[in-house]
Amino acid sequence: MEFRFTDEQRMIFDSAADVLASVSDSSAVRHAMRNDPFHDETVWRRLCQELYWQALLIPEECGGLGLGFVETVGVLERMGQRLFVSPFFSSSVMATSLLRLLPQTDRQASLFNDLLEGQCFSVAHTDAAASWSQVSASAVADGQAFRLRGEYRFVSFGHVAQQLLVVATIEDTQRLGVFVVDAQAQGVTVVRTPTLDQTRPMASVSLQDVLIAETDCLSLDAGEALIHWLDLIRICLAADQVGGAQESLDISVAYVGERVQFGRTIASFQAIKHKAADVMVKVEAARSLLYYAACVADEFVQGFSSADELLEAAAMVNASASEAYFFAAGSGIQMHGGVGITEEYDIQLYFKRARSTERYLGSPEASREKLAGQLLDSRAGVGG
Amino acid sequence: MKIRFSAQDERFRQEAADWLADNLRGDFQPIRFRGGPGDEHAFVAERKAWEQCLAEGGWTCIGWPKEWGGRDASIEQQVIFNEEYARAGGPGRVGHIGETLVGPTLLALGSPTQQERYLPGIRAGLELWCQGYSEPSAGSDLGNVRTRAVWNETARKWRLSGQKVWTSLAHESRYVFVIARIDPSSVGHKGLGFFLLDMQQPGVTIRPIPQLTGTSEFNEVFFDEAECSADDIVGEPGDGWRVAMALLGFERGVSTLGQQMLFQTELDEIIRIAQQNGTARDPSIRQRIAEAHIGLRTMRYNSLRMMSSGGDGSLGREAMIYKLYWSSWHRNLGKLAMDILGPDAELIPEGEYGLGRLQSLFLFTRADTIYGGTNQIQRNLIAEQALGMPREPRGQK
Repeated sequence: MEFRFTDEQRMIFDSAADVLASVSDSSAVRHAMRNDPFHDETVWRRLCQELYWQALLIPEECGGLGLGFVETVGVLERMGQRLFVSPFFSSSVMATSLLRLLPQTDRQASLFNDLLEGQCFSVAHTDAAASWSQVSASAVADGQAFRLRGEYRFVSFGHVAQQLLVVATIEDTQRLGVFVVDAQAQGVTVVRTPTLDQTRPMASVSLQDVLIAETDCLSLDAGEALIHWLDLIRICLAADQVGGAQESLDISVAYVGERVQFGRTIASFQAIKHKAADVMVKVEAARSLLYYAACVADEFVQGFSSADELLEAAAMVNASASEAYFFAAGSGIQMHGGVGITEEYDIQLYFKRARSTERYLGSPEASREKLAGQLLDSRAGVGG
Repeated sequence: MKIRFSAQDERFRQEAADWLADNLRGDFQPIRFRGGPGDEHAFVAERKAWEQCLAEGGWTCIGWPKEWGGRDASIEQQVIFNEEYARAGGPGRVGHIGETLVGPTLLALGSPTQQERYLPGIRAGLELWCQGYSEPSAGSDLGNVRTRAVWNETARKWRLSGQKVWTSLAHESRYVFVIARIDPSSVGHKGLGFFLLDMQQPGVTIRPIPQLTGTSEFNEVFFDEAECSADDIVGEPGDGWRVAMALLGFERGVSTLGQQMLFQTELDEIIRIAQQNGTARDPSIRQRIAEAHIGLRTMRYNSLRMMSSGGDGSLGREAMIYKLYWSSWHRNLGKLAMDILGPDAELIPEGEYGLGRLQSLFLFTRADTIYGGTNQIQRNLIAEQALGMPREPRGQK
């Protein structure tokens, strides 16, 4: 048992923190979120060519770095801290980890290669945020090929994706298939949808009888893989949340240390100190669960953890990190006082990202209900 | 990052589990799961006998060096033993103050005379210890202790007079460690001494404190010229605060995982009741049970972070949140238990005021957020020491 990062992992995280400090400061975030294409393409190219971050989760035999979720989570934490506006999460984490869970084929290897070359991917998997594994899009067999039709929402960075991994129900079956679609293909319409949190743009995707060649059918029975995939990326999203929650606390503590009222810094008031302490408790608690969940994610992919353990870890960290972030950012606005609601100060950006990540891929209530199901509805005394 | 224990550690786990299964039965069957916080008054004689049984099996003081009868067990092994102990239903340890607080303090800061005199009795499970820190006017403000220690040159003895409070197991303990003021003109952390005192002498009076649970595990202890020898002060006279704080740092969280196993048995019982009485179908109860589960799992990984970090004695952020986190969690668990029991929670199961386990949990967990540093003090510590916010202004002494 050694529940801490190795020196190599620390080096990766420190270098990520250094890079992000220069490419994702407040003015960079604000510039990226307001100007087409709503992320900085120069930064993305640098990320793919110099830093090779897009290769983190790609297996070594496919040319990637073959690192795990522990490393990915550590990097994502730093990105969340900096409100990084980047298709990294949608392409290098969501799409890449979905591909990893699908059968190993030549097509999969060629898609990993596209990712390594810096192509942007995204995943279209739902049209109803109430259930992130529910989709109404359908795939109709057409000889060995398929025709896809359907509507998707909440496609993260869909507007810059060159290729889309799309999920659709295979007609006349209950099975879910995963297909790869060229964003330029006939019948594909992608429209960016402005969002409350401008740091994480979304798009809607419409497929109208899009013809999919046989080789682009990555799986015709991906139901289980998709459930596990959602759990894996919930854990990754929680890393962004923990990073953001930590920074919300840090910038608020810095602010109250400067602000003087009644002849003293407001940081010296117990009402402020205790609020900050309560935030730190929630953030550290979420962080402890996050590192555990990251270990479980790696163990699951390697075959050492069960699907139940993965579900439990993902549900716990989703509830914990979502609430920690929202509490940290909300308390942060309060600690900032009047300037907390201005456009100028960054705390409002964290507040919005706390909100958008809280409901993306799940919710604390839904996660707790899953745990309740494990604890109360199956065999008695699961927790023992 | 490894969350699994090594094969060697797992063999140690099996050894501990086997020994406990072989020994924690027969005469000891009734004390399983008893004597924990809120229940410390229960089966004291049997638990003292059990302490000696543990000692004979070589399961007391396992983290101590071999030359003092320990096993030199690693942090991992101590954690494992605590886990298996709690899983087996091992009763609240009457010897824990000696083993986890006094022993390590004497090993680090005690004189050879003190080590020879006191360590064997602790290791053998024969001599119990209690704690003499808090006083009526020195709770959160521990530096305000007023118990006086005066050196009498004729008798060649220290003589202590004053009052301590919240002392558990005082009646059962052979010795007490006390912080007392040597220099009457001193204030705060200066001028204190750290004394080892025999409880069985005329100058010591114990008075139990009746609690809201109807039981009395805490006591007041009065010293009226109670004596100890020149050898019984740890560190230099005037250096008592440093020793007292060092003592609090020795625990290092190895017992926290055992404590969590105890919490798990409580949560399991609550879940069983919810399944039986149908509240497990209530959506808001389901949310709260899931939240309790998350909290307990959080504590486990928070503790593993604590134990894996540093080693330089500094407290990481995860260590700083722990007391506030577990005490608040446990207090909420007590309320959840009552809400799941519903109207039945109001009925006393035994005699006039013999509380059930969950009733006792509900009432006694109100103490969790007070003793060992109140939640308010914990928040001050977090804000000041972890977040670097300004210290509280001090009043005039």
